[in-house]
Amino acid sequence: MARFRTWAVIAVTGALSLSLGACSSTGGKRAEDARKAAAAQGRAAVNTPRWTLAMITHSGDGDTFWDIVQSGAKQAAVKDNINFLYSHDDQAQQQAQLVDAAVDKKVDGIIVTLAKPDAMKAAVARAEKAGIPVITVNSGSEESKAFGALTHIGQDETIAGEAVGDELTKRGRKKALCVLHEQGNVGHEQRCDGVAKTFHGTLQKLYVNGTDMPDVQSAIEAKLQADSSIDSVVTLGAPYADTAVKAKADAGSKAEIDTFDLNAQVAAELKNGTLGFAVDQQPYLQGYEAVDLLWAYKYNGDVLGGGKPVLTGPQIITKDQAAALAEYTERGTR
Amino acid sequence: MSAATDERILQTSPLKKLLSRPELGSVVGALAVFVFFACAADGFLRAASLSTVLYASSTIGIMAVPVALLMIGGEFDLSAGVLVTSSALISSMFSYQMTANTWVGVGVSLLATLAVGAFNGFMLTRTRLPSFIVTLGTFLMLTGMNLGFTKLIDGTVSTKTIGDMEGFPSARALFASTLTVGGVDFKVTILWWLGLVALASWILLRTRAGNWIFAVGGNEDAARAVGVPVAKTKIGLYMGVAFGAWISGQHLLFSFDAVQSGEGVGNELIYIIAAVIGGCLITGGYGSAIGSAVGALLFGMTSKGIVFAEWNPDWFKFFLGAMLLLATLLNAWVKKRAEANK
Repeated sequence: MARFRTWAVIAVTGALSLSLGACSSTGGKRAEDARKAAAAQGRAAVNTPRWTLAMITHSGDGDTFWDIVQSGAKQAAVKDNINFLYSHDDQAQQQAQLVDAAVDKKVDGIIVTLAKPDAMKAAVARAEKAGIPVITVNSGSEESKAFGALTHIGQDETIAGEAVGDELTKRGRKKALCVLHEQGNVGHEQRCDGVAKTFHGTLQKLYVNGTDMPDVQSAIEAKLQADSSIDSVVTLGAPYADTAVKAKADAGSKAEIDTFDLNAQVAAELKNGTLGFAVDQQPYLQGYEAVDLLWAYKYNGDVLGGGKPVLTGPQIITKDQAAALAEYTERGTR
Repeated sequence: MSAATDERILQTSPLKKLLSRPELGSVVGALAVFVFFACAADGFLRAASLSTVLYASSTIGIMAVPVALLMIGGEFDLSAGVLVTSSALISSMFSYQMTANTWVGVGVSLLATLAVGAFNGFMLTRTRLPSFIVTLGTFLMLTGMNLGFTKLIDGTVSTKTIGDMEGFPSARALFASTLTVGGVDFKVTILWWLGLVALASWILLRTRAGNWIFAVGGNEDAARAVGVPVAKTKIGLYMGVAFGAWISGQHLLFSFDAVQSGEGVGNELIYIIAAVIGGCLITGGYGSAIGSAVGALLFGMTSKGIVFAEWNPDWFKFFLGAMLLLATLLNAWVKKRAEANK
């Protein structure tokens, strides 16, 4: 037994020293921890009471975009001494019930998305009645004011689409494909319609099943094979841009791939020229501003934008800016 | 007791009777979850919070009742989730396009929804295909039709609002009103839910149809041999699910004015989970309507309790899965004990 213990001690010490000696000097968990430590330096910058804010979105499970929104909101929450709660459901009725639950909890403020405005109307009204200030983010810029929200923070989908249409025209494109990865999403339709509005060439819509990447890839591939005159593909979400790149390669097409939204992969591909450009609505800002503005409202009665939507985008990102953004996309804040 | 006594007229003690109830396991589970969140979650015990929990439970429970009956009858319905959306869409689009009183749309929707239920049952009994396949087919067709028809008729992915049309206020009162009892708002769906549970319990325990349901779920061939109308029973059960979907669909429509065509996918599993947690056997022949209500309540308490307890919702599905496993294990254990005691 004693012998076994000695061997065990030697083995553990050996493994420890080996893992210490064989450390990677770049990346990995250690780099991540260092970044987090740097970010968490921001202790509460104010001594206001610890208010509780709830954010309820229409996000599905494990969505990158909403992770970025959350990290913005959490950063602002640390700074503003806010207890930040997050919940989400992609079914309208469930999302409305989550808002109800937040009202029952008597939180000090609610941040909500209005992707399905009709479903959220009653729940938002209930919050107003309970005297809880509401800020809408991301989607619902048209309904926000009518529902009685303080302000709306997000990107106007049509304006973002128009920016893409302008950029495509500027690049001399003739025939573009708009890839919608979620049938039934009003914002997606608005984006494509916006592109069609300012694009001087012709625009076609292609519906794909966003939860099934192989389906997305084969659908784009088939479309590019069927129509070789398509010279640009616009995807509506960052993960789909990479899939479109693969589809393009398999179809032997020369089309340029452009996309809405950013992630680390898109930033890298913009940098090396695989992608043409991306239009970013800056989700980090949507979360950060929402928390910060609710704090300012509670503390100081401030409202930004005079009741008009506060736009967080669109920002067109091309090869030139991509290099500078890569660092931010990797840490998950852009 | 003498050996000559027929075991069928044997007196069983109330305790043993209780132990053999299918919903026992879920009731114990629900009590545990309730006590747990009452301690862990700040504000969970507030009347307004409990009404929200009840509302969340009722929207699942209304469907879990007929789904439980169907499972006792030995079948599945994977189309139940999207059928709710279909029902709301039909009602809304018919009223709008025909500029008809909304009650006409509600009626048309009832007929169309029941027709889908009858189609499921008819296909199942005629083709002898497993219900999994038949209703999976219906599920896919309905999902496609929901989107296809909505875009074709309305040009967008959601229906137009019918909130300003005639008949809307009265229909809203029936399907989506709020009742204030002692200063607390309760949604009318809770009444619908309790009503359905009572109705289903009565059918199951007091009527001939109830015996048929247990019989076809327990052993279809034996049931047929003793003259139970198997096809009729199953078609009826599917139409029951359709009826539940109609109520849920009308609630969706009249509480939100407009309906999103892509909703409802995935909810069918939630209804089945509620029924299984509530003590329905996946193989059929065993279960209760009250159990499905307890299953729905467990679901409502967990989904909202996590919010009240300020937990990270990323773990919600994990809790749900663990609860499903625990409830099923507890059920199996209780059932074994009850049978051993007979």
